[in-house]
Amino acid sequence: MAKQKFDIIQSTCIPIQIDNCNTDLIIPARYLASTTRDPQFFGDAFMHDLRFDAEGNPVADFVMNKPEYSEQPKQGIHEIIIGGQNWGSGSSREHAAWAIAGYGVRVVISSSFADIHRNNLLNCFVLPVIVSKEFQQELFETVNANPQAEVRVDVPNQTVINMSTGNSESFEINGYKKYCLMNAFDDIDFLLENKGKIEEWERR
Amino acid sequence: MNTKELNKSVGAVSPSLAGRDGVGLTLFDKIWDAHVVQNVEDGPTQLYIDRLYCHEVTTPQAFDTLRDKNIRVFRPEQVVAMPDHNTPSDQQERIDDPIGRKQVETLAKNCAEFGIRHFAMGTKDNGIIHVVGPEKALSLPGMTIVCGDSHTSTHGAVGAIAMGIGTSEVAQVLASQTILQSKPKTMRINIEGTLPEGTTAKDVALYIMAQMTTSGATGYAVEYAGSTVRNMSMEGRLTLSNLSIEMGSRAGLIAPDETTFAYLKDREYAPKGEAWDEAVAKWKQLYSDENAVFDKEVTYRAEDIVPRITYGTNPGAGIAIDECIPTLEEIDEADRGQFLSMLEYMQFQPGQKLEGTPVDYCFLGACTNGRIEDFRAFASVVKGKKKADNVVAWLVPGSWLVRQQIIDEGIDKILEEAGFELRLPSCSSCLAMNPDKVPTGKLSISTSNRNFVGRQGPGARTILASPLVVAASAITGVVTDPRKL
Repeated sequence: MAKQKFDIIQSTCIPIQIDNCNTDLIIPARYLASTTRDPQFFGDAFMHDLRFDAEGNPVADFVMNKPEYSEQPKQGIHEIIIGGQNWGSGSSREHAAWAIAGYGVRVVISSSFADIHRNNLLNCFVLPVIVSKEFQQELFETVNANPQAEVRVDVPNQTVINMSTGNSESFEINGYKKYCLMNAFDDIDFLLENKGKIEEWERR
Repeated sequence: MNTKELNKSVGAVSPSLAGRDGVGLTLFDKIWDAHVVQNVEDGPTQLYIDRLYCHEVTTPQAFDTLRDKNIRVFRPEQVVAMPDHNTPSDQQERIDDPIGRKQVETLAKNCAEFGIRHFAMGTKDNGIIHVVGPEKALSLPGMTIVCGDSHTSTHGAVGAIAMGIGTSEVAQVLASQTILQSKPKTMRINIEGTLPEGTTAKDVALYIMAQMTTSGATGYAVEYAGSTVRNMSMEGRLTLSNLSIEMGSRAGLIAPDETTFAYLKDREYAPKGEAWDEAVAKWKQLYSDENAVFDKEVTYRAEDIVPRITYGTNPGAGIAIDECIPTLEEIDEADRGQFLSMLEYMQFQPGQKLEGTPVDYCFLGACTNGRIEDFRAFASVVKGKKKADNVVAWLVPGSWLVRQQIIDEGIDKILEEAGFELRLPSCSSCLAMNPDKVPTGKLSISTSNRNFVGRQGPGARTILASPLVVAASAITGVVTDPRKL
């Protein structure tokens, strides 16, 4: 997946108001058999069985197919998903994070994430932002009422701002991971730089 | 497995830490602390991994990452691979689906290229990773174990930290035998007393999920304790740990004891002779100290648990088999929309009793319930009876070893006489990645772990239950309480 450095993202949002939105929903198992790394392949499969019926026709009343939310993400447009609580539960499939990243989303905001999926998002350079249930609800209300409403995610200052109301919350991210996101730096590179420490542990 | 590797895994306890400053350590702390390579400043822990398991679905892109960076696997002898998700259960000569076939072939090629031990499809070593690992004693007490699969929590039942990871993390472990993880909080779940007749480890897990929801243990590593767990067989413990992720917990540990040691002794990769005695001596230090402090602790009574089923599209949406689905009034107002949409998918009504509902498919197997004890339980119910004509039944052992044991014990004959066919080891109908798919709209009662929308096939409807409940339902053709059969 392409890595893009994080700084400040200000964008309209896609509200996916589904609690316990598990990774089987985010990407059905039949897309997992592929050995590709093509972002487009996984982006097209994102929320597939909610977006399309058995014949492959778009499901009109699913949020991602409504005209006001259907534009594919690009800078300032739909780069942020507001998701239901316990987002990404179930299977560890990183394909779910690939689907979100492949679709073009850069931030998922929710009141809670499943542990494995949250790590997967970070490793795919999609930022999971945890806010309070109240703020999550406010964001849903704002974005549902006005699809043009923008949310600003300020990574250096660790704040998320509802631009319509001016309300904001700070979010947690450890210093190491923040550095990784802001510098497009991978965990694997960090680990490879620490081979000496690993061998030292093995000799213990 | 060479001795050096073995010593590493069994030496993974720091007894000197126990009781330091009067603060006890949990089982999780003891294993975690012994594997810390470094704590990154204002960041995660770099944790040493004793065992990495690879299956075909979540590893091809990880090997590609290694090729991109032109690096080798750092400790190939600590990695074990086998295909299981795409494997057909009717024959294993070929995979008809070209995409699934390519994925299985890719795993074999990657293992050959990088020098990794590979248990090929159709060979006696193959099976579902979470069944094969413990039964070959590749998963041992005190180890850290990871795999690109959320049900890796299963291996925690032997007294190990075992966690599901993503593909990027698989690449990290292949490259460095370590992983970056933030230390989770700890939770102890105590289950005390004797389970009532007809009630199994599966029912215990389904009960806990219904109590604490599917996110109740998110952010925690769970330890299962209490007399009910102590009295459980190893197979039952593996079922319980397997389902930890369905409560949100990545890891579900059980302190090793005589049951664990008896299960592991003499298995293929278990230490032998003096090495075994040394290992057991170390493993006996793997328990939570009496004064250990957990971030959360809950206790359930075994006598409150009966055979259970799920009615919704998450494993926490469950009831006792003789209960009705909640009425709308019993559901919090904020949750009613999602409750109704779950029931719409399942084609059930609020307040409906599910006992007696016709089922179309019965599935015994998966990393949850594909072990010998599960087949013994199933056979005990169906012995001398006949499968209902309206039911398609898939009985799928979790490994070739399990399948052989079924045959050695004559269980296959009991199943055959009752009209059932024993299939070949595979993940099978747990997830729709091989030919065992439940057709749209059909109702399946299944020993697997997830009843998600489309999990067993697009539009398929799933009731999760124990092997006893599935067996009773396969005989009558309707959802059936095994205590009443």
